[in-house]
Amino acid sequence: MSITSPIFNIFGPSPIRPLQQHMEKTYACAEALLVFIDAVYADNWVEAEKLQEMIAGLENEADELKKQLRLHLPKGLFLPVPRTDLLEIISAQDLIANKSRDIAGLILGRKMVFPTAIAPRFKAYLQRSVAAARQAKEVIFELDELLEAGFSGSEVSLVENMIVQLDKVEHETDEIQVIIRRELFKIEKEVPPIDAMFLYKIIDWVGDLADRAQKVGGQLHLLLAR
Amino acid sequence: MTWGVGANDLANVMSTTMGSRAISVRQAIIIAVIFEFAGAFLAGGGVTETIRHGIFDVQLLSSQPETLIYGMLAVLLAGSTWMLFASYQGLPVSITHTIIGSIIGFAVSSIGVDAVNWDEVSLIGASWLSSPIIAAIFAYGLFLSIQHFILGTATPLKNAIRYAPFYLFAVGLIMSITTVLKGICHLGMHLAVWSSIAIAICTAFLTLGVGTFLIRRLKLKATCPEGDSLHTQFIQSERIFAVLMLFTACAMVFAHGSNDVANAVGPMATIMSIVQHEGKIVIDNLMPHWILFMGCSGVVIGFLMYGRKVIATVGGNITTLTPSRAFAATLAAAATVVFATTTGIPVSATQTLVGAVLGVGLARGIGALNLRVIRNIFMSWIITLPAGALLTIIYFHLFQFLFK
Repeated sequence: MSITSPIFNIFGPSPIRPLQQHMEKTYACAEALLVFIDAVYADNWVEAEKLQEMIAGLENEADELKKQLRLHLPKGLFLPVPRTDLLEIISAQDLIANKSRDIAGLILGRKMVFPTAIAPRFKAYLQRSVAAARQAKEVIFELDELLEAGFSGSEVSLVENMIVQLDKVEHETDEIQVIIRRELFKIEKEVPPIDAMFLYKIIDWVGDLADRAQKVGGQLHLLLAR
Repeated sequence: MTWGVGANDLANVMSTTMGSRAISVRQAIIIAVIFEFAGAFLAGGGVTETIRHGIFDVQLLSSQPETLIYGMLAVLLAGSTWMLFASYQGLPVSITHTIIGSIIGFAVSSIGVDAVNWDEVSLIGASWLSSPIIAAIFAYGLFLSIQHFILGTATPLKNAIRYAPFYLFAVGLIMSITTVLKGICHLGMHLAVWSSIAIAICTAFLTLGVGTFLIRRLKLKATCPEGDSLHTQFIQSERIFAVLMLFTACAMVFAHGSNDVANAVGPMATIMSIVQHEGKIVIDNLMPHWILFMGCSGVVIGFLMYGRKVIATVGGNITTLTPSRAFAATLAAAATVVFATTTGIPVSATQTLVGAVLGVGLARGIGALNLRVIRNIFMSWIITLPAGALLTIIYFHLFQFLFK
């Protein structure tokens, strides 16, 4: 028998922790891409398939967390931040996981081979994108401290600086994207045409990954601006 | 009766303190015991008078004192029944509301609608509306000040150590000023205003001293604000607030003792006064100490037996209440209740505390508040009045039927 004073029920479950758990899963998806690409480069498709399954699994778990969070944000809950902002953030986070799964899926599905001329740069490019996701994760993990400081004061400027940093990382991926496209363009005649098409597509998607990480930061910025 | 108060009411009052896990269960119990008694004895006089004489004119019953005795017994019984029922149902009802509702019910049914001093009652009603609002505003302001001076700065830990004494001083001052201005004279000591204020300030400084000593004992490294991340500084600052919390918990229980216990024993005091004066209804403002003592003992025993389980369950629950929030809410509520006590208005400590928690929530301090639960709590308070009245009327007629 649980005897609880109803007063304690006033305090609802804080949505911040679930939001962070979702971000953790999402980032795990993106991070796994780095190991996955190593397996692809090593032509180890058995390993790659395992990793792709893992990423898809993580993405499913993230989806589940997202659903749970959405269900547990009833209207009767009084939150320190607008509910819509939280829902926007989780949507933005979820897109990172989705894109990671798509990237792994496409590479595995077509058993894509990266020409040696672009392979090292592509890996650096992917690393930068994943770094953007990591920065987004760190920003989301500052939400605890933001709440502690009541969304005001120097903690806010600290987070804003982190978001600026995130924007910077995203901008770097943009620059690498331009270079890598140029390099691919130089050798595209030597690559089977359809493969070349999909290489362009993958390059696009990796750029999207960083974009979406940036969008998480952007949403948080919006939340702080209110 | 007072057992129910301890089980339901006092446990509610301790909820923010326990929710923030600033103090251990044992500390909570010790605080509850000491300050419940202190509050009732030192500052409880005025409210009991309101309960006893303010709501309706007892002189109207001077020809038939036994009616008054039956009535007050009915009030007590109705209060106990409702409190037990509410505790069983998990409703956070307030003893204040129950008693006031019961007394009105008795007055209306035994004498008539005109017997009730409706001015006084509407004043009390207004104070029930305003006390949570005042507490909310106060808590809001208090939390913003904490944010501005401590948590929002670049060096929260350093500032926490710098400003904690001011908050300590405020806690001590609020508690002692009402006690010496109101309570001591109730105990028969009469002091000039200036010496009262001097005593209050001394007490405040004493609080300050003890608090500072306890904070020192935490041995926080405040010397390298650049070395620590904001995160560790927040954790350290919260430990300072946990110490502050210790004092506000005392203040809150003190306030509870001064108002709610006094409410609960009011009818009892009326009965005893009639018995002592051999059946005459006399308006005497002296509250027999043994009644207060009995009331407090009941509260404490109820708290130990039942309320203890409540706080034990809470210890395991995950709340997003950190000591700094709990501090703001509790101090605001305690100050509001103590102020109401000074003016002799019976307010509900629980209700005030809920208002204060909302205030901190409005200042964006709390992760999530369940508005539905809060609405239910307010609803149960409204239900309490007619329920108390109705039960009293039933018991009253039952007594008359049995003993006449």
